[in-house]
Amino acid sequence: MPESRYNQPTVPPSAEPLVGPGETMERINATISRVPLTHPAPRFWWIGFGIAFVLVLVLLTAVSWLFLKGVGIWGINIPVAWGFAITNFVWWIGIGHAGTFISAFLLLLHQHWRTSINRMTEAMTLFAVACAGMFPLLHLGRPQYFYWLLPYPDTMGLWPQWRSPLVWDVFAVSTYFTVSLIFWYIGLIPDLAVMRDRAPTLLRRRIYGILSLGWRGDGRHWRHYEKAYLILAGLATPLVVSVHSVVGMDFAVAIVPGWHSTIFPPYFVAGAIFSGFAMVLTITIPLRAVYGLKHYITDRHLELMAKILMATGWIVAYGYFSEFFMAWISGDTFERYIPINRATGAYWPEYWTLVICNVLVPQALWWRRIRRTPALLFVISLLVNVGMWVERYVIVVTSLHRDFVPSSWGMFSGTRWDWATFIGSVGLFFALMYLFVRYIPSISITEMKRMVVTGEETE
Amino acid sequence: MTAPSRIVFEYAAHDDLVGALRRVRAEGYSHVEVYTPFPSDEIDEELPGPPTPVGAVMLLGGVIGGCGAYFMEWYAAHDYPYNSGGRPLNSWPAFIPVTFELTVLCSAIFGLLGLLWLCRLPRLDHPLFSLPQFIRASQDRFFLAIRTDDPRFTPLGLERLLEDSHPLSKQEVTS
Repeated sequence: MPESRYNQPTVPPSAEPLVGPGETMERINATISRVPLTHPAPRFWWIGFGIAFVLVLVLLTAVSWLFLKGVGIWGINIPVAWGFAITNFVWWIGIGHAGTFISAFLLLLHQHWRTSINRMTEAMTLFAVACAGMFPLLHLGRPQYFYWLLPYPDTMGLWPQWRSPLVWDVFAVSTYFTVSLIFWYIGLIPDLAVMRDRAPTLLRRRIYGILSLGWRGDGRHWRHYEKAYLILAGLATPLVVSVHSVVGMDFAVAIVPGWHSTIFPPYFVAGAIFSGFAMVLTITIPLRAVYGLKHYITDRHLELMAKILMATGWIVAYGYFSEFFMAWISGDTFERYIPINRATGAYWPEYWTLVICNVLVPQALWWRRIRRTPALLFVISLLVNVGMWVERYVIVVTSLHRDFVPSSWGMFSGTRWDWATFIGSVGLFFALMYLFVRYIPSISITEMKRMVVTGEETE
Repeated sequence: MTAPSRIVFEYAAHDDLVGALRRVRAEGYSHVEVYTPFPSDEIDEELPGPPTPVGAVMLLGGVIGGCGAYFMEWYAAHDYPYNSGGRPLNSWPAFIPVTFELTVLCSAIFGLLGLLWLCRLPRLDHPLFSLPQFIRASQDRFFLAIRTDDPRFTPLGLERLLEDSHPLSKQEVTS
């Protein structure tokens, strides 16, 4: 009822539409499919992909050297045996979580603004989980035996230890990757059919045709499709909570001071969504500018994401506060020592970096002007990414380097191979993102058309 | 048995298709198919056919995955008995995370395979793909197909029924 809206003198501020004016079905088809089909802005793509690909080569070098020499090339030793690998693992898994949060959780809550960013963030989830899954395997020391983690009737008569969160992790992460892939692919099938019918060459028509499985938009197929998609969203939502809870329990079941806390699972989940939304902003802000997608990923989308970033940032800040409080109220000497050591000990620069990046910087988002300025949001999102990596580093390293007996205290610092592996995984992530943008429609064409035609979901 | 042919009407707008679909349904046609670029609740309400069983398939997958996972953990814990801090061999609280993960995993895999099976996909060839304008069924056109084996079908009756529903084209597709 567009007329009646104009008759009302007071319109709530949320009446700003989620789609730019003048959109038609064909314009959505053309604008979104243009990116994979005609490869606009090739300079942006080749330079970005080129840098990312060089970093992938760095990763391959670092991993090859690791396989030749063993984990001794990293800075890890006793007492700090977890180092960069686990920091990177937790950080990457966390980044993946925002993708599932946007695509599944917001779908169930009828938050229609998710429509234009869910495809991209699901891709982000897949690539981030792929980067994450690499690190525990590299950290094994003898990665060729990784399959011992899987349950199979081996000749030694051994089974995995089911009471260990590290075994839960294997199941949680592999399930998470598989379910994310299925969810992403099912969402993609109708769009691959759109691409099939627009592709200019026979080869591309065939490739997109095979990938779309011969989808033809049959009404009865849509009936199955919609139900399956909705149930998958319902499954993915508790899954995403379970995955980072299990990661949190990797720490919490240990008796190491600073880890042994029931706050860890929820605190990790909040941190995951916080860092993930930062990465979503890092990716979408340049992407929508370069490829002319501002009609679909509007300033309002960025503002809504900024609000979630601030809200989850406060949950994380509450987690930091409760760590201090629980340490104090426990009365335990070792627990009380940990927060003091974090703030004033050898790793104080890292600790205060995380406080500045994760607690102070997001407070800028109270101002609407800042939420509405993409360049500033981009800078904030980068700082939050850094802050969350440092947070994981501080959790892993500071607790291990000062445990119960001073004779077992030690220091940790990353070697050049630690850094090469980490930077290389960032390169792998962005190289995969660049390939995704190049070959697959990065916004759901089908859902955007539905939103524009049926109209009720554009606000 | 030879597959029946279809009379295919092409519409430019979602609401035109809904109107035409309502009309053929009111006349009692049941062998009706629609092809649209996006799913729509209005079309789904008018479209004949049973509700989708994909939810039941996914539930089955979840039950198999969950029971299978718990049995695996129970079996493994008894096959290689290991006293971990005096906990019982069947430490059910510790077995829940893996049970949950495999419930979700099997349910999702059943969902994907069930969806493909119910849609009879992959199927790269279909008689409708021979229709030149059908290429826009994925883009911005809405198609209504009446199968000629419909008990209510008469060529003249269908012609009269839909002649003022503003179809862009009308074609017969044989298979």
